[in-house]
Amino acid sequence: MADRAPGLSRRDFMRLGLVAPASLAAACGWDGGPIIEPRLRAISRLNDWVGEKILLSSSRLAPEYPIEARTAPARFPAYSITRNRTGSFPILPDDATWALEVGGLARSPTRLTRAMLEALPRVTYTVKHHCVEGWTAVGTWTGVPVSVVADLARPTADARYLRFDSFDSRYSNGWDLKSAMHPQTILAYAFNDRPLGVERGAPLRLYSPIKLGYKLTKYLTAMTFTRERPGGYWEDQGYPWLGGI
Amino acid sequence: MDAARPDVKRHHGLVRLAHWINAVVLVGMIASGLQIYLAFSHFGPRGAPYPNPLDGSGLPRWTRLGGWLAGGLNWHFALAWPFVITGLVYLGFLAWSGEWRSLLFRPRDLGPAVQMQLYYLRLRPTHPPQGKHNALQKGAYTFIVALGALSVLTGFAIYKPVQLAWLTSLFGGYELARYWHFWAVWLFVGFTLVHVALVLLVDPPSLRAMITGWYRGRFPSHG
Repeated sequence: MADRAPGLSRRDFMRLGLVAPASLAAACGWDGGPIIEPRLRAISRLNDWVGEKILLSSSRLAPEYPIEARTAPARFPAYSITRNRTGSFPILPDDATWALEVGGLARSPTRLTRAMLEALPRVTYTVKHHCVEGWTAVGTWTGVPVSVVADLARPTADARYLRFDSFDSRYSNGWDLKSAMHPQTILAYAFNDRPLGVERGAPLRLYSPIKLGYKLTKYLTAMTFTRERPGGYWEDQGYPWLGGI
Repeated sequence: MDAARPDVKRHHGLVRLAHWINAVVLVGMIASGLQIYLAFSHFGPRGAPYPNPLDGSGLPRWTRLGGWLAGGLNWHFALAWPFVITGLVYLGFLAWSGEWRSLLFRPRDLGPAVQMQLYYLRLRPTHPPQGKHNALQKGAYTFIVALGALSVLTGFAIYKPVQLAWLTSLFGGYELARYWHFWAVWLFVGFTLVHVALVLLVDPPSLRAMITGWYRGRFPSHG
């Protein structure tokens, strides 16, 4: 019985058949380890680049929904790092003195109180929220476009990113300017026609239907223009940085 | 093996490479996909689940890749590159070489497919004449390529539901696209089980053909 064909012998097949499933089984639940995991993150950066430079449109709007399409608030999950740790949502010690710090690489850094924000041009939309976990919910948000606030602060030419900080256990996010200047990216102070509740990120949160929920910083304290790409609470742990949808 | 049956060159190197890359990558895509699914193991908007036998159930650790949601996402979005590129190279090769003719199931294959099924059910005594693949195989291989395309397209539909809204609406919206993406997994798993069983039970030499390219089995016709 001559095996004339070139290539692997029958014994090699059997070895292959045993080794492959064994190594796959060993890989279960595996994030890639010290060798592969950083490479997966590097590919994630490539995907961010494709997502921002090729797939993201500066002007395409996420669809809006009728009021009746709203998800009942009880079925619209609210999340906070502080609540995960302590059981209660973060609350300002003195609500009256709160103001948003707008600064960094900006020619006119400013502090905006709630009254000042509410006096600026406002946007209201009913849109679908996409969570990275896979669920969706529809809600109505009202606020001032980030682009309006940026016009006030006048970022310098070398500003390339925005960092959003919060008082929720140092939760923060970094944003590309292209997504931040999208007309539907807003600093929201109302949800479903009422002032933002403490579970929704009161007094002010970032909202946009073009990003996943974990990019939408709640409990805002500062909005800072930067040259370097800012990290973020989940992003630093491995979540895709762009989070654009 | 009798000497009267010569070796037949059956699969081009590119096809074999694509087949095995795809086999490994697909396992990784499914395992990381199940890790992602676990973060919210329901369908539809919250509280309005679609029919799903795995609704809310956990999945054993050995079925998952990534360790946690972010790990699963990073594996999934990294492996998507070789999955798509291999698929495109494979389809390009089929088009360029004309091999698609022996693989694509067309309406005229319907009759022979019935004959083949009768033969398998032992209602027909003789194996129907066939080319490189019989009509049922053509159906299976056409189906699996279409399933791969469906997986990629539903995947993009739930990856960028706003930027690719036209694609997402083609599948009935984000929730339904995610639902089809999930069902594609079980069709892949089902196909693979039947595929491997048939290779081992009906035509074991075809396994060697997919590794070395050379075939020396019961179905040497190469139409």
